[in-house]
Amino acid sequence: MSGFLNAYLPHILTGISVGGQYALIAIGYTMVYGILRLINFAHGDVFMVAGLVMVYATASMPMYISIPLVIIATVLLGFVIERVAYKPLRSAPRMSVMISAIGVSYLLQNCALYFTGGLPQTYPVIPFISDSVTVFGQTTKMVTLITPVLTLLLVVILSLLIKYTKMGMAMRAVSKDFETSQLMGIKINSVISFTFIIGCFLAAVGSLLYFTNYQSVIPTSGAMPGLKAFVAAVFGGIGSIPGAVIGAFIIGICENLIKGAGWTTFSDAFTFVLLIVILLAKPTGIFGEKATDKV
Amino acid sequence: MTKIEQKKSKKGTWIALCCIAALYVLLFLIDNVFPSTSFIVMLTPVLKKGAIYSLLCVSMNLLNGFTGLFSLGQAGFMLIGAYTYAIFTIPVAEHMSVYQYFDGGAIQFSIPEAIGSILGPTGGAFFGSIIAIILAGCVAAVFAALIGIPVLRLKSDYLAIATLGFVEIIRAVFQWNSLGVITNGSNQLRKYTAFSDMKLTIGGATLKFGTIFPFLIVMLCIIVIVLLINSSYGRAFKAIRDDEVAAEAMGISLFKHKMLSFVISCFFAGVGGALLAMFQTTIKAQSFTSAMTYEILLMVVIGGIGSVSGSCIAAFLYIACSEWWLRFLDSGKFLGLSVPFFRDGFRKVVFSVVIMIIVLFFSRGIMGDRELSFSGIAGGVKKLSGRLKKKDIEEKEDTGNE
Amino acid sequence: MSENKAASEVKNVLHVENVTMQFGGVVAVNNLSLDIPQNRIIALIGPNGAGKTTAFNCITGVYQPTNGLVEFMGKPMVRSHPTGKMKKQYKGENAEMYVGNGIINPTPDKITRLGIARTFQNIRLWKSMTVFDNVLVAKHMRAKQNVFSATFRGNAKEERRMRDETMSLLEEQGLDKVKDDLATSLPYGLQRRLEIARALATDPKLLLLDEPAAGMNPQETQELAEFIKEIREKYKLTVFLIEHHMDLVMRISDYIYVIDFGSEIARGVPMEIQNNQRVIDAYLGVAEDE
Repeated sequence: MSGFLNAYLPHILTGISVGGQYALIAIGYTMVYGILRLINFAHGDVFMVAGLVMVYATASMPMYISIPLVIIATVLLGFVIERVAYKPLRSAPRMSVMISAIGVSYLLQNCALYFTGGLPQTYPVIPFISDSVTVFGQTTKMVTLITPVLTLLLVVILSLLIKYTKMGMAMRAVSKDFETSQLMGIKINSVISFTFIIGCFLAAVGSLLYFTNYQSVIPTSGAMPGLKAFVAAVFGGIGSIPGAVIGAFIIGICENLIKGAGWTTFSDAFTFVLLIVILLAKPTGIFGEKATDKV
Repeated sequence: MTKIEQKKSKKGTWIALCCIAALYVLLFLIDNVFPSTSFIVMLTPVLKKGAIYSLLCVSMNLLNGFTGLFSLGQAGFMLIGAYTYAIFTIPVAEHMSVYQYFDGGAIQFSIPEAIGSILGPTGGAFFGSIIAIILAGCVAAVFAALIGIPVLRLKSDYLAIATLGFVEIIRAVFQWNSLGVITNGSNQLRKYTAFSDMKLTIGGATLKFGTIFPFLIVMLCIIVIVLLINSSYGRAFKAIRDDEVAAEAMGISLFKHKMLSFVISCFFAGVGGALLAMFQTTIKAQSFTSAMTYEILLMVVIGGIGSVSGSCIAAFLYIACSEWWLRFLDSGKFLGLSVPFFRDGFRKVVFSVVIMIIVLFFSRGIMGDRELSFSGIAGGVKKLSGRLKKKDIEEKEDTGNE
Repeated sequence: MSENKAASEVKNVLHVENVTMQFGGVVAVNNLSLDIPQNRIIALIGPNGAGKTTAFNCITGVYQPTNGLVEFMGKPMVRSHPTGKMKKQYKGENAEMYVGNGIINPTPDKITRLGIARTFQNIRLWKSMTVFDNVLVAKHMRAKQNVFSATFRGNAKEERRMRDETMSLLEEQGLDKVKDDLATSLPYGLQRRLEIARALATDPKLLLLDEPAAGMNPQETQELAEFIKEIREKYKLTVFLIEHHMDLVMRISDYIYVIDFGSEIARGVPMEIQNNQRVIDAYLGVAEDE
């Protein structure tokens, strides 16, 4: 047992950390899906853009300005995407909105390709969270320890927000029944914008933590973590925030254990096997609610 | 149908057949007679790739546009097709160099060579690759059937994400070292039969068929798809798209028909993948990403979901723009002036903005769910060769309806 | 009820026995039993939300009933008993009655194949298709063809037969003039008629009509009544319908079942139902308020 722990502890630690980062992205997916019934394919790319903004911001500005700037820019980007690409399609078929999301993702990736000239951009070293620490005899970065704590803290704050504020109540109402809540006088557009703002805020925080572990950002950096976070959201039951967080931690840990076992080729594929298994066994995910179609 | 209409349609068919013949003569001239000016050098790959993407778009449209199944697995089935094709057409003598890390691989067999031993090298390359292409489609279809059993029960966006997941799984499996003796692991496959091998030597003169070959295969495939769409089964697919509950209540087995549509669509995706492999001359599992699927999906949207001719037009336009017409945006110059923001990648930015505009404001695409008809063309616009080719299929469709 | 059967001397096309449909804690249909004798017009009535459409959905395979048995032409077609979580939650009766026999739960298309066709309360025509194609698609199920013969036109004879039959069906319904229009562009009354035509195209033995007169004016309703009687004679059909228009129900039904809150409250010939105090309380009482 202790042998296993020693061999796998670094992977478990990384797994928890990566899981926390996925969780922060997954919340954005799950909240948007809960309200708009839309897989926001562009969310992973928003996450990538946050990474790039950080690269460019730190090139000319000190850290204490760059970090808030990254968060503000990401939130603004999310807001604009919703207003420009999703709002006009509110009454369109679901497939159109999803295609629009794919289009936005394509646009963001191509813009990133243009601005970076296709070269990997070296991610800056953020003081403190990039520092090395030693846990149980394993050397790791501070971010590994910070991520789970910060994630849980943010999730608790978010849950309180949704439970006790007026906006939170409106969000819950909209996710239960879009049309009726509109009739009840809820300003649907501001609720949706707010959802995107929260989602992008968390994605920005996630990107700060995620990219610290990597050397550089490339235009497709967001695609894989985005997809995995979405799988986490489905796994936990789409629309459920605790579900997304638990799903993300499970995926993060499993993925890193598989890497640790020497099956790196399959670490990405595993996530999708998990997805298909859960979709077949319990399509609504662990915490999802069952919905019946009316005939 | 009145006599006049019949006459008109007959005339239309004749004109369409003439157009096709003209197209093929033109393609033949491009292959063999025209000098290699920069224009021809740019045009040929665009034509080939445009034809291949037409097929890929139409096959995706069959599933997404006509059956209403939002699947994002296209790239995965293309990968299966491309690999099947490549594995079975690499000449045995080249195995040692291609599979250099896997002792020459496990499969010591090449279809073109086997056929070639009977029909000679030309016949071997031609018929051998056709057999390999069909095999590629069949293998993709078998995989589709296996994957379809679990995932086709899922609804709209869940189906999309599950098929997307399968692409990633397939990609990982094909890069797996333990299967390297067959798939060459994460290394590329090369030296298999490509379009440039489609040539015939008669008495010292060499006739090339590198451009005609993909057009022939693609046209045959699209004709089959159009025939299917206009058959009783095609109507059942549309019924499922319009209202699943009503379709089921009218005796249409959802599972059976969704499966049929999925398997057939994937068969043609596999064929398309094989053709793409022929076009690229080397393939690597890594490059069949979901971004490839998205690109095809966007072409389908531009052409109009539910329109075969729209898909073809869009495929040619998309390829021509991205590979040719919009290249100047990357060159740093415009009309002789140097424009600093016209640099690498700008083309793609402009392109994706245009796509977004189409998605948002012209969501019906070029053709909506209508098809290009002869009268529309006779009206005056004779544009791309792709359109002309499509018209023939149009006419066949009309005759099928009578 | 058994007397009724013996007296009429006709076979039951449909036999529904103790069917219960429970969604979570809500019992939508409670222990419903009914018989539909051949060549009769039977009505199922009840106030809004009484569970009529749910009963239809249990018969046509859209829902798997929680408990109960449905027989068609004397053979079990749907059979179910509470399983899993539902075992504990089940609030209905006769929970043990069908346990031994195993569950039969065919999909709706299989049931349609057996010979039950239906229409929908909220019209469900295929909206991108023409009137002609809407009926033609319903012929698909019984066509002798496979995907290869259909694609490569090896089924030309069969296709021609389907088209001819569709055409004559449309002519009968007076829909031939609009055959090339989009189904959804038709006026409401004609859309209802088209739905019936589409159901008839599947060659049913039993036709289930879910509120066929909804949204029709008295004139149209009267025409519909005649029409239903006509098609029953012509196609030797048995008709089972849900309806709110009492005059229509009373005029054409041979026998009526009344349900409220999922349970049967009365059954009988139209005369008996009109004078039944429970029905008046539950149903006609509501009608007065309107």
